[in-house]
Amino acid sequence: MHTDLIEADHTQSSGASGGMHRGRVLVVDDDPSLAEMLTIVLRQEGFEPLVCSTGDQAMAAFRQHRPDIVLLDVMLPGLDGIDVCKQLRAESGVPIVMLTARGDTIDVVVGLESGADDYMVKPFKPKELVARIRARLRRFEEPSPEQITIRDVTIDVAGHSVRRDGTEVTLTPLEFDLLLCLARKPWQVFTREVLLEQVWGYRHAADTRLVNVHVQRLRSKIEHDPENPETVVTVRGVGYKAGTD
Amino acid sequence: MADAGNPPGQQPPLPIWRRLLGAPLRPVVTAWQVSITARIVLSTLILGAVVLSLTAWLMLSQISAGLVADKRDASLAQAEAEFSQVQEELDASASTGDEGAEQVVDQLVQNLASRGDSPLEHVVVLVGPLGDDDFSDGVRRESVDVGVDSLPTDLRDRVRVGSGTWWTYTTIDFVDEQDDRADGAGIAVGTRVQTPGGEAEYALYYLYPFAEQQRTLGLVARVVLLSGLLLMVLVAGVAWLVTRQVVTPVRLARRIAERLAAGRLEERMQVRGRDDIARLGQSFNQMAGNLQRQIRQLEDLSRMQRRFVSDVSHELRTPLTTVRMAAEVLHDARSSFDSATGRSAELLRRELDRFESLLTDLLEISRFDALAAHLELAQVDLGELADRVVEAQRPVAAAAGITVVVRVLPVPGTGSVSAEADPRRVERVVRNLVANAIAHSRSERVEVLVGADDHAAAVAVRDYGTGLRAGETTLVFNRFWRADPARARSGGGTGLGLAIALEDAQLHGGWLQAWGEPGLGSQFRLTLPRRAGNDLSRSPIPLVPTDLALVRSHRATAGTAPAAP
Repeated sequence: MHTDLIEADHTQSSGASGGMHRGRVLVVDDDPSLAEMLTIVLRQEGFEPLVCSTGDQAMAAFRQHRPDIVLLDVMLPGLDGIDVCKQLRAESGVPIVMLTARGDTIDVVVGLESGADDYMVKPFKPKELVARIRARLRRFEEPSPEQITIRDVTIDVAGHSVRRDGTEVTLTPLEFDLLLCLARKPWQVFTREVLLEQVWGYRHAADTRLVNVHVQRLRSKIEHDPENPETVVTVRGVGYKAGTD
Repeated sequence: MADAGNPPGQQPPLPIWRRLLGAPLRPVVTAWQVSITARIVLSTLILGAVVLSLTAWLMLSQISAGLVADKRDASLAQAEAEFSQVQEELDASASTGDEGAEQVVDQLVQNLASRGDSPLEHVVVLVGPLGDDDFSDGVRRESVDVGVDSLPTDLRDRVRVGSGTWWTYTTIDFVDEQDDRADGAGIAVGTRVQTPGGEAEYALYYLYPFAEQQRTLGLVARVVLLSGLLLMVLVAGVAWLVTRQVVTPVRLARRIAERLAAGRLEERMQVRGRDDIARLGQSFNQMAGNLQRQIRQLEDLSRMQRRFVSDVSHELRTPLTTVRMAAEVLHDARSSFDSATGRSAELLRRELDRFESLLTDLLEISRFDALAAHLELAQVDLGELADRVVEAQRPVAAAAGITVVVRVLPVPGTGSVSAEADPRRVERVVRNLVANAIAHSRSERVEVLVGADDHAAAVAVRDYGTGLRAGETTLVFNRFWRADPARARSGGGTGLGLAIALEDAQLHGGWLQAWGEPGLGSQFRLTLPRRAGNDLSRSPIPLVPTDLALVRSHRATAGTAPAAP
């Protein structure tokens, strides 16, 4: 079920990047001016924006339009951004970028832990937003089918699916990319900065909390005991690497 | 001056008795310092002992004086009676008998001695016959043998020369000591008696020992000593009991106070009764209540302030985002505008940047004011951090024709200059210092020094610019402070950078200090404890740059006058 979704997203987005429209963006924001401005900028950049002004309508809008990426304001009337994010994650691995007015750690971490792939602190520059959206829509395009195994986790690159002990594990595209990036070079230790660049597509050092939170989320799905990770190992003071036997 | 010879700061040597007694007395001294009970009991004991010994001494001396006086009076009276009786007997024997004087005298001594009771009441000594010569005392006849010294010469002289009865205190020295005739103080009474017919004169002495009195005195002394000891125990016990009653609530109060200090504001003392201790408890609880209320108020205030900051932040940022995006759109399209509109779009965007950084800084500062700023600690390599900051600033530096050099001073031991700190904040501080140095530099060089010792790590940024005047080294950290109010705001900074940097440093328990001299440039130094929470005592990098002498001498040889700012 979930794999279908991931694959659907994948095909959609890869199709989008090749076609006329560069992807459907669902903007969930209660501020009409900002929402309109976002629409203008996104349309200029060739995206297809859809606006939804409350959290309560967000799920319905998502199900109806099947966007390639969701821009989600944290502070929303009614159902807030965190709740919407959790509901979206329960259904789909669609990339979610949180828009927050607060750069405080707590807000950021709560947002990321609820399932967001990335976050932008207001006020952001439109170019940066577009770059982040593009980075989230960019997929690893692997022409040849490939099968990678680290410990008891098997990654089917072409099929975008992951199995642990033969059981299907549901990963968001971002988590999949993170795992794949580590698994391709099990001999290498990746610093958080390198991971930000390779997985998130940031050229400049951004917030390394992104990496920490997503590694935690990934571990909670693929590790037998997330407290004592064996597949994605922390290298103290450096970063992360894929666990070897 | 008495201690002029002592070098300052050196403690005078301990007195020798303290050094000698130091070791065995240490537990006592510790108990004295630590325990009120011990102190009170001990001082009560000492005071009690002094008073009791004084009382005992007074009592015993009074009693013994009384006893001696009584005995003396009794002895004198008895001796007087005896003497006159003896003289009468002698006179009588002269009229009745015709025995030789010697016999009469021997008989007399026998008689006299036989009157003595057992235990020995007195000793009779008869000396004579007395010659005219001072030294011929004649024969001594004694009822009990006593040493010659028992009769003081003084007394013997007086008896020999003068008539009447003489007495003196003496020490009776028994030749043959027994239970009832132990050597000891006594009284000697003497007079002259004449044999019948007055042919010979004899000195008759009665020695009364004070044995009885001494025994009594000893008994009294023993009783006094024993009761004194018992009294001391009682006093100590009472002192201990009283102190305990006072100290126990005080200890309780201390424990409660410690818990209060640890943040458990609900802790209160139990108040029982209406005595002083209960009143102490009441006052204490009142104080705790007031404290709690005040703290709650402050907390509420802080929470409100934080809430306000957060709300302002959100309310401002959302429209600012819209404006910013609109400005970007306009800016991107400026080529299609006429020149005035195009320039306006440019100005709009540039000033939005400034507005935004000002807003960010204001919110950051109010977060500090609301005590809402928290550290996110990690091991931070200051060398790497400095490199990163300098790398990021390179375009700006290059545009101003300035080279920024990072020098990592050799670190004893580990080699890396790392500290437990919040990387985001430290980077912000260093970025700010480097940007300031570039903005104010007048030479083509800005230096970033990184150093550490066992306890502290430091980053110092040195520029060779206009420098700081006296007093400005603290002013620079003030909010919106500008070196020259008339000067154009060329730097484009918000005026809050150093104030925020100082707050960041202080949040780490670190220091941010500035040095500067007009014309010689300035140096800003950030010092952080290597382990979060530790106190700083010194910085591994001197605040006043080491190259200063070099710069000065260089200026001197170059022959230029010190640059006036």
